[in-house]
Amino acid sequence: MQWETVIGLEVHVQLATQSKIFSGASTAFGAEPNTQACAIDLGLPGVLPVLNEGAVAMAVQFGLAINAEIPETSLFERKNYFYPDLPKGYQTSQMAQPIVGKGEVEIVLDDDVRKRIRIHHAHLEEDAGKSLHEDFHGMSGIDLNRAGTPLLEIVSEPDMRSAKEAVAYIRAIHAIVTYLGISDGNMAEGSMRCDVNVSVRPKGQETLGTRAEIKNVNSFRFVERAIEFEVERQIELIEDGGKVVQETRLYDPDQDETRSMRTKEEANDYRYFPCPDLLPVMLDEAYIEHQRSTLPELPTEKRNRFETSLGLSTYDAGVLSSTRPMAEYFEAVLAVCGDAKQAANWVQGELSGHLNRENIDISNSPVTPEQLGGLISRVLDDTINGKAAKQVFAALWNNEGASADEIIDARGLKQVTDTGAIEAMIDQVIADSPVQVAQYREADPEKRGKMIGYFVGQVMKASRGTANPQQVNGLLKQKLDDA
Amino acid sequence: MAIEHADVLRAAHLARLGLNSDAEAAGYVDDLTRILEMVDRLQAVDTDGVAPLSHPLDATQRLRPDEVTETNQREAFQACAPETADGLYLVPRVVE
Repeated sequence: MQWETVIGLEVHVQLATQSKIFSGASTAFGAEPNTQACAIDLGLPGVLPVLNEGAVAMAVQFGLAINAEIPETSLFERKNYFYPDLPKGYQTSQMAQPIVGKGEVEIVLDDDVRKRIRIHHAHLEEDAGKSLHEDFHGMSGIDLNRAGTPLLEIVSEPDMRSAKEAVAYIRAIHAIVTYLGISDGNMAEGSMRCDVNVSVRPKGQETLGTRAEIKNVNSFRFVERAIEFEVERQIELIEDGGKVVQETRLYDPDQDETRSMRTKEEANDYRYFPCPDLLPVMLDEAYIEHQRSTLPELPTEKRNRFETSLGLSTYDAGVLSSTRPMAEYFEAVLAVCGDAKQAANWVQGELSGHLNRENIDISNSPVTPEQLGGLISRVLDDTINGKAAKQVFAALWNNEGASADEIIDARGLKQVTDTGAIEAMIDQVIADSPVQVAQYREADPEKRGKMIGYFVGQVMKASRGTANPQQVNGLLKQKLDDA
Repeated sequence: MAIEHADVLRAAHLARLGLNSDAEAAGYVDDLTRILEMVDRLQAVDTDGVAPLSHPLDATQRLRPDEVTETNQREAFQACAPETADGLYLVPRVVE
């Protein structure tokens, strides 16, 4: 039987506010336990939460970026459950009237197929604290620094049909929130976490299969692998005559499998009700329009512009717009050198190669975009050849000069285009290589093309890499063939 | 809607309330049944076209600027905690 996979995602994005969603405590990562948990975060009696305008602004910006409806009124509700890292006994969240309504996100797949994924809604809520289970003499330790950190939960429709589409979707969300600057998007530190809903159904069937929810997957790669494992598990189960049960599962990266979390007999009953401590949030047109005016150019717009007005390939446009620092670097290089194709090649080639090798983020690149743009300009105006350009790049990388021009001057890398000077070097090489010259002249004309490489190499060496290779090639051919 | 013994036990469990005896639970069955009878009377009112009221006050949420205003008062807060270690609150072990 042919099976179809159906995937929906809930992505929790930690918003990059300074303070918590309902209190003035700091959200900075990595502080000493419980030093950033104030009376409101602890749920002490008599406290009153006050909503953080920064979190509202970020949620609205996200909504506008995905062309979502922003309702005039939204509402906070209490989601009730007991767990020690949830000191109030409820999580303040939104359900019936979330801050962001229906929207959509465009994803781009490998073969440049584009697909729209519908967003059901996105809502604001507070994060819980952290439980540490080891080494407290049979007790659990609770750190409430994270309690009250603002989260935006983005809920998609079940529109994805493969693990690849799910990963493309998360990448798209990641790009949007980091472009907007509303989250650092750091998955390793938990700034983005996913719950993945997966089901399978026979191809062509309308109704959805029973889904399993895989909780708290925290990397692009794990999302892909968790889905692949889960799909295979469900298909095998059904084909063996079994039934998928609706349950929560955990992905274990070490074993590369999903496992059922011991499910309690009863289904969760969160007893949502409107939070009496928080009044309805009203956003007027002026506020929303003000937020719209702060939006930067977004990843999809940037990608399309790179393709259509800069003439880059679909692939190049995709890579260069994938993150905001990458796009900004590329655009700064382009502003200096004026050649999009060359700028794209250098950023994705030499620069990315060096960055990847030394595991450096592009925002910390030792070569500035101004330096790289200056270098490319010297290639474009024929001051240096490609080989010398790589030397100059290496020198810039190792901080051996402030600019390409300085390095070119100091090292005498200026390209030799003076025909007389090149001819003199060629004559010398020919005189020094009688055996090779004889072989060349006896060879079939078709084979000579390859053999000339030796002479080009010798001349380039004699010029210390500064001769113009095209000129060397042309002049060599004349001299060797005409004799 | 009728309330049954099992509903009371379930509600008590969700709210983490301990009931001491069947008699106590039976008392809640009576109380809750009467409360729901009152709700039934409210339900009889025609509310077609009336938006649900989430809050009795005719006011909207005030927003706070995104600024850190709280200082570290861990010592004061932990003074009333039953048990702490290394800055953590200690609770009976919880494992899912």
